[in-house]
Amino acid sequence: GTGSDGDSEELVLTPAQLIRSLEQAWLNEKFAPELLESKPEIIECVVEQLDHMEANLKRAKKGDLKVSVHRMEIERIRYVLSSYLRCRLVKIEKFFPHVLEKEKSRAEGEPSVLSPEEFAFAKEYMANTETYLKNVALKHMPPNLQKVALLKSVPKPNLDSFVFLRVLERQENILVEPETDEQREYTIDLEEGSQHLIRYKTIAPLVASGAVQLI
Amino acid sequence: ERNQADVSEAKAGRTDLIFLIRFRHCCLLRNQRCIVAYLYDRLLRIRALRWEYGSILPSAIQFHMSAEEVEWFNRYKKSLATYMRSVGGEEGLDLTQDMKPPKSLYIEVRCLRDYGEFEIDDGTTVLLKKNSQHFLPRWKCEQLIRQGILEHILS
Repeated sequence: GTGSDGDSEELVLTPAQLIRSLEQAWLNEKFAPELLESKPEIIECVVEQLDHMEANLKRAKKGDLKVSVHRMEIERIRYVLSSYLRCRLVKIEKFFPHVLEKEKSRAEGEPSVLSPEEFAFAKEYMANTETYLKNVALKHMPPNLQKVALLKSVPKPNLDSFVFLRVLERQENILVEPETDEQREYTIDLEEGSQHLIRYKTIAPLVASGAVQLI
Repeated sequence: ERNQADVSEAKAGRTDLIFLIRFRHCCLLRNQRCIVAYLYDRLLRIRALRWEYGSILPSAIQFHMSAEEVEWFNRYKKSLATYMRSVGGEEGLDLTQDMKPPKSLYIEVRCLRDYGEFEIDDGTTVLLKKNSQHFLPRWKCEQLIRQGILEHILS
């Protein structure tokens, strides 16, 4: 959509499309080395969908065969949603100073990488850890060593890691940067439906735009 | 403090001390890094305990934790609980459940310890006695399996 996040086109997705969006977001998040944009709309809709399905189940006749199938579907969707959110939390905890820094220096209108709740969680995690380190070790150290530069000490996500992807929308002239001094940069075209193994950094914007799907 | 004393002397003109100061400073920095790395690694293991065991830690483990680590753990689990409550619906979404993709609705479990009565969704209760076997809904058992009370029997 245009404009700031939350302002996207009011698409009415069928439940099947919604679940496919969730699965796409889940796979992308699983295989991307960095924390991706937060998708609050998908999460909200999936939760609503799950509540709806649970309510339907409660009203259904006991022993109805459909009940088992629907229950299984609920379990599967809940698993994907939980796995997706867990994956994000793991990345937030792993890269906490960088994630917070990125959010703080985000320009107005740029999509957010953290939901408000994730932002609160990240801040609490950082404060909790800083307080702990200060009280247990740092305050006992000589005055000029009492701070730890978390931004420098905590490793950043490795954007050069290789990822597998499938192309959803044809892309032309993607610039691939050289890995070594002997190589030169070159461009490639990505055909729809093709699969590639490529450095994440090269195609990061395409993941965000939905042009490719990480697999 | 030894370094600081030398620093003042260096500023006063004894430039031959500078290498010594820098060497000591590097050692101090390295010690700081080692200490912080050790402490943080412990925190990461404690964090993993919340996801493996649940919000109440066995006392054997708590015995090995410092008071500050227990406090860190309590703050972490509170922060996590707040986050989980904010996701999804009125009750929130317990992210520590559903850790594995569901393969079947019901699973065969064996009870490893006496647990007592256990209620399943449609109101019926099951008596979990040591060594008893049951065919129960998977999602109700997950927590108990992780706590070591039930064991999933894979045929």
